[in-house]
Amino acid sequence: MTLLITVFAAVISTVIWYNRKDDSMKLGILLFMYWGASIMWLVDAIFEYAELKAEYFTPALEDMINDSFLGLSVVALGLVIWVVRLLITDPKGKVRKTLTAAGETR
Amino acid sequence: MACFLVSGAEALVVKAVEKAEEKKELKGVAADGASDAVKRVPLSRKLKWLCNMLTGGAVLLAFEHIWHGEVVPWFPFLTAMYNAEDTAEMLHEMATVGVAMAVLITVVWIGMCVAADAIVKRGVTETQAEEV
Repeated sequence: MTLLITVFAAVISTVIWYNRKDDSMKLGILLFMYWGASIMWLVDAIFEYAELKAEYFTPALEDMINDSFLGLSVVALGLVIWVVRLLITDPKGKVRKTLTAAGETR
Repeated sequence: MACFLVSGAEALVVKAVEKAEEKKELKGVAADGASDAVKRVPLSRKLKWLCNMLTGGAVLLAFEHIWHGEVVPWFPFLTAMYNAEDTAEMLHEMATVGVAMAVLITVVWIGMCVAADAIVKRGVTETQAEEV
């Protein structure tokens, strides 16, 4: 489930990146992060499949729920990293503008 | 157990190479102009893609290990380091799963680089054909 959720996040972020108007949102970071994690989990899944064989495709409900929560948490963490980086690099200068405007009014 | 460390280590090496390459390219552009840069994607940019994939993957996988209680915020940070048997298992996992992860990401990146160069070249050829 973690692999599946991360792959969906990677594909969605790639589609959004492809349809972007400019590069100011720095979406490249997000999609590389998700694709990197997807590839790594794919390898993990292959090794697990080699060990468990067909059993790999019939996980216990509890494990599936745990894995789904993990997948969603991973997607959320990726988004948080991206948004923090976006605010720090501030490509549109909006954070700087807001901060300097707040300083001027004081 | 700690397979993400292999990709993390590769990311550090790639970042160092990327910075060195970036400096070299800047010197090259200053010396002979940016004529070749239009036809090819610069190597430093391609290395940045690899670095982002490796770092992003390693960070998200590290989170998974924290989730499963394999990484802890106190020394020695990896629970597998508590006894020799677990440490040996961890090193075996790093040598198999960890290396396979790093290798597959690098292989995918090589494919991306080849495709990117082909797309850029195709764009240049189409522009030249339109001009004629």
